[in-house]
Amino acid sequence: MATIKLDDIHKSFGKTPVIHGVSIDVKEGEFIVIVGPSGCGKSTLLRMVAGLETVTRGEVRIDDRRVNEAEPMDRDIAMVFQNYALYPHMSVFDNMAYGLKIARVPRAEITERVTAAAQMLQLEPYLGRKPRELSGGQRQRVAMGRAIVRKPAAFLFDEPLSNLDAKLRVQMRLEIKALQKELGITSLYVTHDQIEAMTLADRMIVMNAGRADQIGAPLEVYANPRTAFVAGFIGSPATNFLPGAALGLSADSLAVRPEHMVLSAPGQGKIDATLTFAEALGAETLLHFRLEGGTQITTRQDGTAPVPAPGARAGLTWDARHQILFGTDGLRLD
Amino acid sequence: MAQRSGMVEKRGLSHWLVHLGMILGVVIIFFPIWLAFVASTVTQSDIISPPMPLWPGDQFFENYSKALVSGINAPVGRMLLNSTIMALGIALGKIVISILSAFAIVYFRFPGRKLFFWLIFLTLMLPVEVRIVPTYQVAANFGLLNSYSGLIFPLIASATATFLFRQFFMTVPDELAEAARVDGASAMRFFWDILLPMSRTNMAALFVILFIYGWNQYLWPLLITTDPEMNTIVMGIKQMFPSGDDFADWPVIMATSILAMLPPVIVVVGMQKLFIRGLVDSEK
Repeated sequence: MATIKLDDIHKSFGKTPVIHGVSIDVKEGEFIVIVGPSGCGKSTLLRMVAGLETVTRGEVRIDDRRVNEAEPMDRDIAMVFQNYALYPHMSVFDNMAYGLKIARVPRAEITERVTAAAQMLQLEPYLGRKPRELSGGQRQRVAMGRAIVRKPAAFLFDEPLSNLDAKLRVQMRLEIKALQKELGITSLYVTHDQIEAMTLADRMIVMNAGRADQIGAPLEVYANPRTAFVAGFIGSPATNFLPGAALGLSADSLAVRPEHMVLSAPGQGKIDATLTFAEALGAETLLHFRLEGGTQITTRQDGTAPVPAPGARAGLTWDARHQILFGTDGLRLD
Repeated sequence: MAQRSGMVEKRGLSHWLVHLGMILGVVIIFFPIWLAFVASTVTQSDIISPPMPLWPGDQFFENYSKALVSGINAPVGRMLLNSTIMALGIALGKIVISILSAFAIVYFRFPGRKLFFWLIFLTLMLPVEVRIVPTYQVAANFGLLNSYSGLIFPLIASATATFLFRQFFMTVPDELAEAARVDGASAMRFFWDILLPMSRTNMAALFVILFIYGWNQYLWPLLITTDPEMNTIVMGIKQMFPSGDDFADWPVIMATSILAMLPPVIVVVGMQKLFIRGLVDSEK
């Protein structure tokens, strides 16, 4: 277990800056998810913590020790890669034991630790198999096992679930969360999937174009996005942005979550819109509207609520508590 | 139904025709080898008096033991040994050197990396024949004439093999190297524990090709060896031919030819399993 401290981390590839100063203090045992769209620098940030990329400026400290110049093996971290990166010619056992063998851990202890990890991950029947004889989910577990047996100070996950199918992803997500809680090991987890971020994180870092737009607990970020980007990125279906001018506001845009939009009769709401189509998902129904200026608006209502016919006009209204105003620079106004 | 049976019939006929054609091809290609084998089992006079026999005679053991033990200039047994050492030295040496240089080129960032790669690649355009005079000069100055070192070292660098290993290494995901780094493996440890086992089918395939390449060397051994004791078998056969009015001991020469063919055949047949396994299961 360890703390991780990032202090004003910058990274440039050649002359192209990709990360413009990210700072965070990660507490012992905390699960931090770094989330953002592709190309926002989230993987680069993780790889700098791992020691696979050099840090251009700033400082990475693990357990209050500067590790900028340390080799990955000297940082006491374990990493789970997106494509698992299992050694194809080694058995599951050897894959998990490889790091320990290099560290010259006694053979009996290696066997003990690998067996324990295999038991925890339900991999015992597969210890003699080669990675290619395993399913995607099992390979993912082996990659996790390889990280666990090292008993590292921190886990680093680089989009570990993105190669799995949707159902398995949900299952593994729960397993990772449970495992991390059980082991209590500080974790950094990179994903582009905001649902993974919401469900796994103690705190999350929302990255946008090399900057940390917001750092905070998932629900806090969801309820109080600091920038228009965060408001739009976190939450599905995405937050509605209404042009400020259409509502007679000085703000550039006004954001309201779909679940906070309420339908009313035309002319009775704060703004009128035309229904383009409705998606009935069973438990809930998503209604897609278009405003006069072409802006798309989505509302979310209970699956049993009446649905207007496509092409119908309706008024949209919302509680002023739920609206968030953003300026032209994308920053929150209030 | 009628149409179907018609198709089957047609396929049956073409099936036979195709096989007939292939058998004919095999016979045509195999006939000279058969003739060489026949010639190695009869007496000198049988060969000289036409028509030449087409079925093996009774001199098999006499001719082969004569070839192996005494030969004409040097015992064929000795020449076989020389060829084996040369071919193994070239094949293994080429694999070791090229896999290491490919490893350096793919996994290390050092100044002039591209330059070195292209310099190696450039040597592909210079076959032995082109650089044979300066190479001979260098080898002679090092005192490598009539030695195994002289037979092996000038031919040991291989741009082709380096290129092949480079291409293979570039298909190995970067994450594998990174995972090994996180696991604490040093560069050479990664090479030894991970890259080498992953390349074994490539190495087997290359070994077959390079062994035959080394075995079939003719011009270079001809230049570098003057002592019959150092002759390799492929050039040795030519040395057995009579000059001037000498008479040629054709049965022994033919026996030598057959013996010269055996090791490459053994290597190809023996390595076939690894070859096919390399093609069937892709491990990446």
